[in-house]
Amino acid sequence: MKFEHNGKDNRPTSTKLCAACYPQWYPARQSIRLDPKGKSLKDEDVLQHLPVGTTATFYFRDLGAQISWVTVFLTEYAGPLLIYLMFYFRVPFIYPPKYDFTTSKHWVVHLACMCHSFHYVKRLLETLFVHRFSHGTMPLRNIFKNCTYYWGFAAWMAYYINHPLYTPPTYGEQQVKMALIIFLFCQIGNFSIHIALRNLRPPGSKTRKIPYPTKNPFTWIFLLVSCPNYTYELGSWLGFTLMTQCLPVAFFTLVGFIQMTVWAKAKHRSYLKEFRDYPPLRSPILPFVL
Amino acid sequence: MASGEEDGAVEEKETNNKKKRTKSAIATAWLTFYNIAMTAGWLVLALAMARYYLQKGTHKGVYRSIARTLKFFQTFAVLEVGHCAIGIVRTSVIVTGVQVCSRIFMVWFITNSIRQVQNQESVILFLVVWTVTEITRYSFYTFKLLNHLPYFIKWARYNLFIVMYPLGVIGELMTIYAALPYVRRSGMYSLRLPNKYNVSFDYYYFLIIVMLSYIPLFPQLYFHMLRQRRRVLHGEVIVEKDE
Repeated sequence: MKFEHNGKDNRPTSTKLCAACYPQWYPARQSIRLDPKGKSLKDEDVLQHLPVGTTATFYFRDLGAQISWVTVFLTEYAGPLLIYLMFYFRVPFIYPPKYDFTTSKHWVVHLACMCHSFHYVKRLLETLFVHRFSHGTMPLRNIFKNCTYYWGFAAWMAYYINHPLYTPPTYGEQQVKMALIIFLFCQIGNFSIHIALRNLRPPGSKTRKIPYPTKNPFTWIFLLVSCPNYTYELGSWLGFTLMTQCLPVAFFTLVGFIQMTVWAKAKHRSYLKEFRDYPPLRSPILPFVL
Repeated sequence: MASGEEDGAVEEKETNNKKKRTKSAIATAWLTFYNIAMTAGWLVLALAMARYYLQKGTHKGVYRSIARTLKFFQTFAVLEVGHCAIGIVRTSVIVTGVQVCSRIFMVWFITNSIRQVQNQESVILFLVVWTVTEITRYSFYTFKLLNHLPYFIKWARYNLFIVMYPLGVIGELMTIYAALPYVRRSGMYSLRLPNKYNVSFDYYYFLIIVMLSYIPLFPQLYFHMLRQRRRVLHGEVIVEKDE
């Protein structure tokens, strides 16, 4: 579609352009480009500052139904929280009826429930109060994919940990205490990184800056790693695996690690592209290794 | 000086091009050998099965007689996933991976381990289908690599599958279904609670899930082949849906 402007037009590109003519394509669904194979223009781009003459040709693409990141995060995290508790309280139809509403006799099972629940409550609160999202929305089909992943794995893990025939860790109290220390250390670390990343960005902005270590020792890992939030997340789940000694948890940790490595590598690459002076010592997710 | 730098750069480019050409010469040589070997292998299997049936007049015992050869050549096909992964064959790693996995699964985890199904008619069905399909496919690749592809091989490759794929799926599904009672009774490949890894696995239910997975997977592979067919035989340009 072509638009003529008199050089003084200060309207942002997508918000007003199509919304008036085609109301079913709300702005979050629109991808507007100057070149069909190029990158989408950003919401903040202003007509006057684009490399176009007095007549501009834009290419429109429908991104499909969109859903906000916040909604997706809240749904995908609330699921595991509630599902795990259902298994913990041995709600009927999961285990043989004689175990309905009983509690496990192993104290590690209670501890595991507290840790798992704490983890997801933390995630929910961070979604509401800490994170500053670059994009407002993502494609609608992602919520089905993501929820299947989180909810499915939560049910699979919770089934075994809260099972009447659960076997506590081989090395007993020692193993569980060590695991708890690792878990808590990494939870605090992960939270510290989230706060540090939030503070890079003034409220409502979408600026991108290189993160650096702050006074908080948990952020000193920024010296060696681009995405320490993923590093700490891996650590938390390794702790939880050690605590529960449950193969499905190990599997979940592995799959999560693979996905986070993919994300960390992409983030690391985009840092390197965007910032000439990016610290060379940093690795994407594991210091010196990955 | 500028010209000195340029010469250096040109030389580097030439060595790089030379490296690429030697690499692809080695790749072509290896692939040609591989495809000839696999064509020969499946031909041997076809002849062995035909000979057994003509001599004994029954299909019972055919599987046992060719089991070792079948396991060898079918397992060797795992290399094809590697070929895609390193890029010497331009096919999706996932598509190849799924196909090879289903073959390995049938051979090693169904017919090899569950003796009672080895004389089922459904086994003969999928063995015949696999043999026809593989001989066609590997000879197609061989001739293509040798730059001398007879039309009838191309025709066979892109038309026989229309009948072979569904027949093969029927044979495989019927075999797995026939295996279910034996799996349940023997409890094979299964892990029960309690155990120190806090996990359980029931091969019986796993097989049921495998059978159900044919429902989404088979149409995708089938339509993928149909699209290829249209493109190769009729030169149609297929516009893929954007993601």
